[in-house]
This record gives sequence, C-alpha cells and structure tokens, in this order.
Amino acid sequence: MNLDFTPEENAFRDEVRAFIRDNYPAELRAAQDEHRALTKEEYLLWHRILAKKGWVAPSWPVEHGGTGWTPTQKYIWSEELANADALPVLPFGVSMLAPVVYTFGTEEQKQRFLPGIYNGDVWWCQGYSEPGAGSDLASLKTRAERITADDGKEYYIVNGQKTWTTLGQHADWGFFLVRTDPDAKPQSGISFLLIDMKTPGITVRPIITLEGGHEVNDVFLDNVKVPVENRIFHENQGWTCAKALLAHERSGIAGVARSKRNLEKLRTIAKTERSDAGGSLLGDAFFRRKVAELEIDLSALEFTELRTLAGESSGKGPGPESSILKIKGTEIQQRLQELALEAVGHYGAPFLRDLGDNFQAGPDYARGLAGEYFNGRKTSIYGGSNEIQRNIIAKMVLGL
Amino acid sequence: MDFSFTEEQSMLRDTVASYLADTYDFDKRRAAISKEPGWRPEVWKAFAEELGILGAPFSEELGGLGGGPIENMIVMEEFGKALVVEPYLPTVVIGGGFLKHSGHAGAADLIGEIIAGTATFAFAYAEPKGRYNLADLTTTAKKDGAGWVINGMKAVVVGAPFASHLIVTARTSGGQRDAQGISVFVVPKDAQGVSTRDYPTVDGNRASEVTFENVSVGADALLGPADNGLPLIEKVVDEAIAATCGEAIGVFRKLHEGTLDYTKQRKQFGAPISSFQVLQHRMVDMFIQLEQSISMTYMATIKLSDDAERSKAVSAAKVQIGKAAKFIGQNAIQLHGGMGMTDEMAIGHYFKRATLIESAFGNTDHHLGRYEFLSLGQAA
Repeated sequence: MNLDFTPEENAFRDEVRAFIRDNYPAELRAAQDEHRALTKEEYLLWHRILAKKGWVAPSWPVEHGGTGWTPTQKYIWSEELANADALPVLPFGVSMLAPVVYTFGTEEQKQRFLPGIYNGDVWWCQGYSEPGAGSDLASLKTRAERITADDGKEYYIVNGQKTWTTLGQHADWGFFLVRTDPDAKPQSGISFLLIDMKTPGITVRPIITLEGGHEVNDVFLDNVKVPVENRIFHENQGWTCAKALLAHERSGIAGVARSKRNLEKLRTIAKTERSDAGGSLLGDAFFRRKVAELEIDLSALEFTELRTLAGESSGKGPGPESSILKIKGTEIQQRLQELALEAVGHYGAPFLRDLGDNFQAGPDYARGLAGEYFNGRKTSIYGGSNEIQRNIIAKMVLGL
Repeated sequence: MDFSFTEEQSMLRDTVASYLADTYDFDKRRAAISKEPGWRPEVWKAFAEELGILGAPFSEELGGLGGGPIENMIVMEEFGKALVVEPYLPTVVIGGGFLKHSGHAGAADLIGEIIAGTATFAFAYAEPKGRYNLADLTTTAKKDGAGWVINGMKAVVVGAPFASHLIVTARTSGGQRDAQGISVFVVPKDAQGVSTRDYPTVDGNRASEVTFENVSVGADALLGPADNGLPLIEKVVDEAIAATCGEAIGVFRKLHEGTLDYTKQRKQFGAPISSFQVLQHRMVDMFIQLEQSISMTYMATIKLSDDAERSKAVSAAKVQIGKAAKFIGQNAIQLHGGMGMTDEMAIGHYFKRATLIESAFGNTDHHLGRYEFLSLGQAA
C-alpha cells in the first residue's frame, strides 16, 4: 500500500498539464468566465483538439482509440483537467453510447458510429426517460413497430415521447430505448435504437429549468422511420445495453477532481467574504466547520474511488459499488454549491441576465452561484436517483 | 499508487483471524472479561509465542516481523472483529511507538520484552480535567539529581491493570497548557509511589485511575527530549488513532453484517424485515459509512510516515470513524429492535466498543477542530 506517484507518472502529469495550458481555447475560457450558455461550436472546440491529440476517450479500448492509460494516469488526467477549469468532454457519445457500441455493436456499426463520436462530428443525445418512466425506466412506452417498407427494406416505426434529453437541441443523432414487444415483461421487450435526429417526425421542444437555463428537452417521435440496421444488439434485448450504459454513467459521476477544484474556489470565496463579526468568513466558527466536514467527506469519497479504481484495474469492472460514488459524489457536489451560495450572502440574489450595459451586481465570483445551486439539484435525480442507487446497493451488494 | 496487501500482510491477517476464531468467540470472551484478571495472559502468550504478532510493526533487527502501521492496522481490524481486550494497542502500538521513536538507549531491550510478551504497557496521559488536550497537564516531573520525581494523577488509563510499565506524560516546565515543557517517562508500574485503582470499562476492558506520589525515577526513564516531548506524543498518538481506526473497521463490519443477518431472519407482517425499503436504505447508508471508514483508515495509515500530512490525515480519519461509529452503532441497535437491547446478543457489545472508539484520543468534535486548524488555519 502506498500513495506515491512514480517518476513516469509525475512526468505524465507535467506533460498533460503543459498540453492543456498550451492548447485550451482562449475563446472557450472567455465564454466560461462570463457564465453564459455555450454555443454548439464552443462546446466542440476542446473536444476536437483532444480528438486530434488522441486523448478524447481515454477509457475506450485501445483498438478503438483509447489511450491505454493506467487508472492512475486517468486519475491524474482528470485532476489536471479540473485544475485547469477545462470543459469536460460531453458524455453522451464518448462515455455513454460508445461503450454500448463497442461492447454490443456489430463490426459495421463500430466502423460507422465510433469515428463520429470520437472526432466530435456527430453530436449525440439520450432518449431514455419518458413522462411516465423515470426511475422505473423499464416501464417506458415509446413504441417501435417493425415493418417492411415499399423499398423492400425493414424499418421500425417509432411513436412516443422522450424527455429530459440533455442538449438535445444540438443533437445530430440520438440513442433511444423503445418498446418492440408490448406483451413481454417490461425489461424483456425493449430495444436500443440509434436515430438520426433529422428524420421526419421528430420534434425537439425546450424545457426551461428552474434556474432559467435551456439544457433539457422533450423529444416527440411521430411515425419516425428507423432502418433496422440502426438497432444495437438483439431485438428485445436493449435492456442489457441500457444497464451496461448506466453502470458506465455512474462510474464517472463521482466528480472528485472537479469537487476538489470547487472546494478550493469555495475556500477562496470564504477567505474574501466577511463574517458578521468582521473577520473572514473562513474564520467563522460555524462556516469553517461546514467547510471542514465537507473536505473530510470529499477525501473519503476520493479514497473510496481510488479503491474502486484499484479493484477495476485488477480485473473487476465497474460494479454496483459504483452506486456509492454516485450517491456521495452528487451529495458533495450539491453541498459545495449550497455552501458557495451561502458564502456570498446578499449577492446570491441577482438573477443573471444581460442588462445590455455590462452592469454586474456584486463580485465576479458570485456570478452564477445561485444558478449552479438550483441546476445542481438535478444530480441526485439523474442517472438513476440516489434512492434508486440505494435500491441497487441493497439488492446487488447487500443481498437484501 | 497501490491499495493491495502483500502476501505477508495477507498471511498475517489469516493467522490472526484463524487463531481468534478458535480462541476468542463471543462466549469465551464474555467468560474471561467477567472475572479476574479481566484478560487472558495465556492468549497474550500465544500472541507472542505461537503467532509472533507482538513483533508485527518492529524491524527485524529488533526481533520483529519488519512491518509498520499497515501491519498494526491489519491486526487491529481482526481484533475489532473479535472485541479483543488484550493490550496490543497500549503495548505494541503506543509503548512500542514511544520506544522506537524516542531513540532511547534501552529501547531495543524493552521492545525485545514486548515482542516476547513479557512487558505490557499502558499509556497514562489523560487527566481528570484535561479532556482531550494532550498538553493540558498538571502531573509534574521535577529534576532530582540525575533523575526525576513524578507527582500527579492520571485518568482512565486503559489496560493499566494488565500493564507492567506505564508511559507517563508530565509537565517539566511551563504553564498547565503550554506546548513547551512536556516530557515523557517510562515507569515500572511497581515503582514506589505508584498506586492504581482498577475498574472495568463499559466496553468490557479494564482501566485504572493512577496516582503518582513522589515517584522517583532515574535519568533513563526519560523518553525523548526533556521539555519538548509534545511532538513525540502527537506522533505516537496519531499512530494509535490510526490503529484504532483499524480496530473500528473490524467493529463496524460486525455491526453491519450482524444487522443484515438479523433483519433477514426476523419476520414481521409476514415478511423478513430486510424486505422493507426503509430498512434497506438504512443498511445501505450504514454500508456507505463503513466503506468510507475503510477508505479513510487506509489513507491515514499510509500517511503516517508523511510528517507534513500526518496529523491532518489522522484527524480527518478520526472524524469519519467517529461519525460512522455513532451512525452504524445506533442503527445496528435500532434495527435489532428489542433484541438489540439485550446483553446476550453480541451486537450491543460491538455498539459499546464503537461508542468508546468515538471518544478515544479525542472525539469527533475535537478532531474536527484540529482538522480545521491544520487545514483552514486559525479561526478569526
């Protein structure tokens, strides 16, 4: 047991740090500093630079473009990205869909879809949740009926509604769970379809969330015609893909490196802000205790994640234990947002809107904190709510 | 970065576990602690002679197994599972720790006696009004020729009834809470002027109130530097806390497993109560606390050798362990229902040990305060 980095690992850290410093796009940095919604092109700037470098998908198998990094190298990479406040690579294609494609897809599907995901040429969105299927995802109703069309080819005709589709307004393609056998048990009649978002019959409608942002969408599917070869894995066995995807979604969700960075920012804010007694807020007995407890909690999460990674590198995949990372990771993210908002006192109140004259109330660091706090409530709801994660641990780990 | 155990470390764990499985089941333990002398010297002898574990953290030159803090953690975790009362922590971790780090001329000999099982130690540091402040000392040691004369009283000295030697912290100069002016002594318990009042503790162990009345010791009783003993004390106490966190993991595992087993067999409303979601989620939260405790114990144990990070890491771990001790312990009793209240079930005994672990060497509040100071600086 030791926590030492090897000289090679330290050299690796220097290398990736220098790369981020020298290549991170200045215009993207400026947009982030202004806390404004990014355009589609801005989102993709950094993705494309990483793709060119060969670092956009470190976790993929090497034959598909993965870096072959060790768990420690990936840990260093995520720390350096977070420390540089670099925009995370969007997860929909790279971390969510791609593992399904390279695990369950045909050779042809891998050739067809993986390069676009890798290069950022195709923006993917997720069609999982429905108005009536949230935590109980397997109860989804979007129907896909198989037909043979006039051209002699087989298609699915898809009808239904998906919701909470993150950044679907930019999407070129989506991966959808649809019901292909309405008579089977809920989990057994589902298939995994890839759908071109430009197909006639698809309507994307914004959902404005409580902080005022447009991040998620409703997606309506009205007689959408999808070639059968766009199905991944067997018909009616899409749930297998869905489960695998959810496990991958959970494993990256701890967000330790980002939270460490946000904790640093919180400490900086609390050093600058004043307590009622006139000292620094970080010197205030009540506030500093909350910060200290959060730091300790984050440290426990970090070492739990490192233990999980160590287990994975010895051959175990991301197991149901990764649900712990999801629960604790999101609780800590939310607590950080909550304390940051608390820390700025009155200046949590101004609503971020461009008033047209560059006017800004309060310190720079207070900008966007309320929005992040409101928006951050989603983290304990998405990816399988934290209550669902507890059900998973109870069943899969504790055998209850 | 590596979180795996070596083959030797895994063997050490297996050796201890299989010995305890044979010798230290719940009934045998209960029989031993309920009568005099409150521990089993024959078990201690077996630790020394059959298992060789009393040398686990000492170098091979000293006659030990060549291990360190990780070996202590492994032994203590297994001891936690069996609620072992024999004084490994005060003797091997604390007594051995002071001897090892002090550079004392007689250290090698005394460590040899520890490894052989012939010397046992207790750590006389706490005082009736000193709470958890290691520097708050009214016990004094005054220079007397080449030696010292010790006067004062020490509170709840765990393991003192079993000890041949006491490690004593005393003020040799300065005011009651000054960081400077503290020295550490090793005193044979049978020295003239040492008197003890022995009693059981609520977790089944034994302790003493120890009075020093004009106890004369030689110059060689001093461990480490005169007047500047606090850094040494803090180092050894940090090591003791990390080892106690190891013990806690063993205790928590038993509390958690015991609760899973019980709720699976207990039926109410026609179903095992483990099928109720409200109880499932409680047990998941206990599991999360357990896993985080393991993580923090590993972290603190590994960082013991890093002088810059050690104290912060240990206090962070103790905060996690202290919170988990309450959460896991209290909920284990709650989920056992009325049965959790009985003396006959093991669960309550683990709960009692967990409760004392929370306050051992400073409770959660104490270590949060220490962590705050080390991480965030002085309060304003």
